Amino acid sequence: MDFDLMITSFPKLLGATVVTLKLLSASLFFGLFLGLFFAILRLNKNIFINKFAYGYSYIFRGTPLLVQIFIIYFGLGQIEYLRTTFLWVILKEPYWCAIIAFTLNTGAYTSEILRSAFQTIKPGIIEAGKSLGISNKIIFYKIQIPIAIRQSLPAYGNEIILMMKGTSLASTVTLMDLTGVAKYIISTTFKPIEVFIVAGGIYLFMTFVIHNVIKYLEKKYSFQQ
Amino acid sequence: MELLAFGKTGWGDELFYATLMTIAVSITAMFVGFLFALIFTPLKLSKYKTLNLVGNFYTTVIRGVPELLVIYLFFFGGSGAIMYVASIFGYYEYIEINAFITGSIAIGIISGAYSTEVFRGAIQSIDKGQFEAAKVLGINKFGQFYKIILPQMLRLAIPNLSNVWQITLKDTSLISVTGLVEIMRQSYIAAGSTRDPLFFYSFAAVLYLLLTYVSMKLINKLEVRYSRGY
Repeated sequence: MDFDLMITSFPKLLGATVVTLKLLSASLFFGLFLGLFFAILRLNKNIFINKFAYGYSYIFRGTPLLVQIFIIYFGLGQIEYLRTTFLWVILKEPYWCAIIAFTLNTGAYTSEILRSAFQTIKPGIIEAGKSLGISNKIIFYKIQIPIAIRQSLPAYGNEIILMMKGTSLASTVTLMDLTGVAKYIISTTFKPIEVFIVAGGIYLFMTFVIHNVIKYLEKKYSFQQ
Repeated sequence: MELLAFGKTGWGDELFYATLMTIAVSITAMFVGFLFALIFTPLKLSKYKTLNLVGNFYTTVIRGVPELLVIYLFFFGGSGAIMYVASIFGYYEYIEINAFITGSIAIGIISGAYSTEVFRGAIQSIDKGQFEAAKVLGINKFGQFYKIILPQMLRLAIPNLSNVWQITLKDTSLISVTGLVEIMRQSYIAAGSTRDPLFFYSFAAVLYLLLTYVSMKLINKLEVRYSRGY
């Protein structure tokens, strides 16, 4: 066991954790809106809109995240037309490609989580709102959304942890995130176990924090108060 | 379409074998995972705190650390560990382990952590009376588990195991970083030599979708079979 390596690699890995956290927060932020958008489409009665939203979540949940990143990073650059548009400014950066892929991926899972949360809201609550003369729009924003968010907290907490692990794939498109730096240190020192302990420890710590924050929020917003 | 032709002119046959490789790795990893679950589920359900701790350590660490990091650990650490063991027996040559074996074990350990949780949940949700009744009837330990608990457990576990299967199947794409020629690696090679990454990666996505779709259909049949009595 090489403790010196563990101590010297810790600050490097901690620096790389910032990249991981940036990727995670950006993709979760955009993914939440995308997920909400597609969850609402899923609840639409129009069969085409409904099927479209289902197809989106089916495709992104049925294929590995790695394929999605590769299609966006390596694949889209191949389209000549795209290279001439302003989108190319974004798509030539591995950082933004990773965020786009993660956003689309987490959006698909989030839409499923939110859809099931909307569906579990008791019709009586919406009817009560209606009978009080509250408009549909306000019922949606002030009643349905808060309840759905509360319902979906445990599942969404899992999704955050899965996404945090998913950001490790950014290292495959040359980004130096926590896993990327860990791999670099392993391949230069050939001491995989030491690096794994430090990098894995950082990931576990983040998992631990996310888990407890979600638990706290669940408690705070529970119905029995 | 000529890109997908079988034979020397296209990548059809290569991708076909790569798909078989993905299926083979997924199934092997799933079984390795079951072996791990077989060890760690009893530990998690044990009366002894220390054994619980070991079981919890395994599932927490594996489920909290990215799959890719675990694969790197095995990829870079695997042959080193084997060589260390071999050096004790006086063998000092370089040993390279097969990418298939490393990959299956790495993915298997990940899949095993999820399977362990599924089995634990399934056993815990079986009514205590079932265990007691089996004991009262004088059925031996083996029969208790094999004839009474297992069939009921499977019914509860299969829907969740199908999720584990999906995760395992998708995780196998990560083994491509170790050079094992499965769907992802083959698409990478094909994309590199034809300069058509969009087509090959999209095709890889279609292959994965096909695999998940077909396996879902098969698992649904299993589910029906194991819930006959209900």
